[in-house]
Amino acid sequence: MTLLITFIAAISATVIWYFSSEARELDIGILCYMYWGASLMWLVDAAFEYSEKGAEFFAPSASQMINDTYLGLCVTVLGLIIWTAVLLIKDPKGTVRNALSRK
Amino acid sequence: MACFLVPAVEAIVTTVIAKAVSLHESKISADGEIKTLKGDKIPLSKKISRLSGFLWGGSGLLAFEHLWHGEITPVFPFLTAANDPEQMAEVFHEMATAGTAMAALVTVFWAVITFAGDKILKRSVTQAEEGSV
Repeated sequence: MTLLITFIAAISATVIWYFSSEARELDIGILCYMYWGASLMWLVDAAFEYSEKGAEFFAPSASQMINDTYLGLCVTVLGLIIWTAVLLIKDPKGTVRNALSRK
Repeated sequence: MACFLVPAVEAIVTTVIAKAVSLHESKISADGEIKTLKGDKIPLSKKISRLSGFLWGGSGLLAFEHLWHGEITPVFPFLTAANDPEQMAEVFHEMATAGTAMAALVTVFWAVITFAGDKILKRSVTQAEEGSV
């Protein structure tokens, strides 16, 4: 589930990057790097797990699935938090600078 | 257990290389325009920075996953398995197999999209030249 959620996040970020010039200005590429990097690494992890467990890999227990889903969502949110922090620090549109300099 | 360390080390290496290449590119461009090794439009330093981006991003999120599963801790010695030699052997084995495979897959993925990007750029330049004739 973690792999699936991260892949969905990676594809969503890439589609937004492709269609929205506004998003590209806001450095959404950072999200693409993070989610694609993590997805590929988890894909390798999944391949190794599959080679060990076989078909059992595709039938996780309910508690395992809930934990993996929760982890996937937390990873996605962590990526968004990092992107927001970078956005505020880089401040490509000068919004933070304008807000701070406003009297 | 600590497989993300291999891509993390590669990320450090590629970041250093990207900085060095960027410095070299700025030195050789007298008129401020960055020249690349093959003469295409994307500077080599930018291409390597993209690889660093994938590696840093991926290993960062994987580090969080390892923290989640209790395999690493935020305090010294950082690895939960550090005090057990048997478990450490398992850590090294995982780094050598899964970790290396992770770094290799990300690098291959980056190489493919970089190659495709170059092809797309060259095609658009050719089309623009044909259109202007």
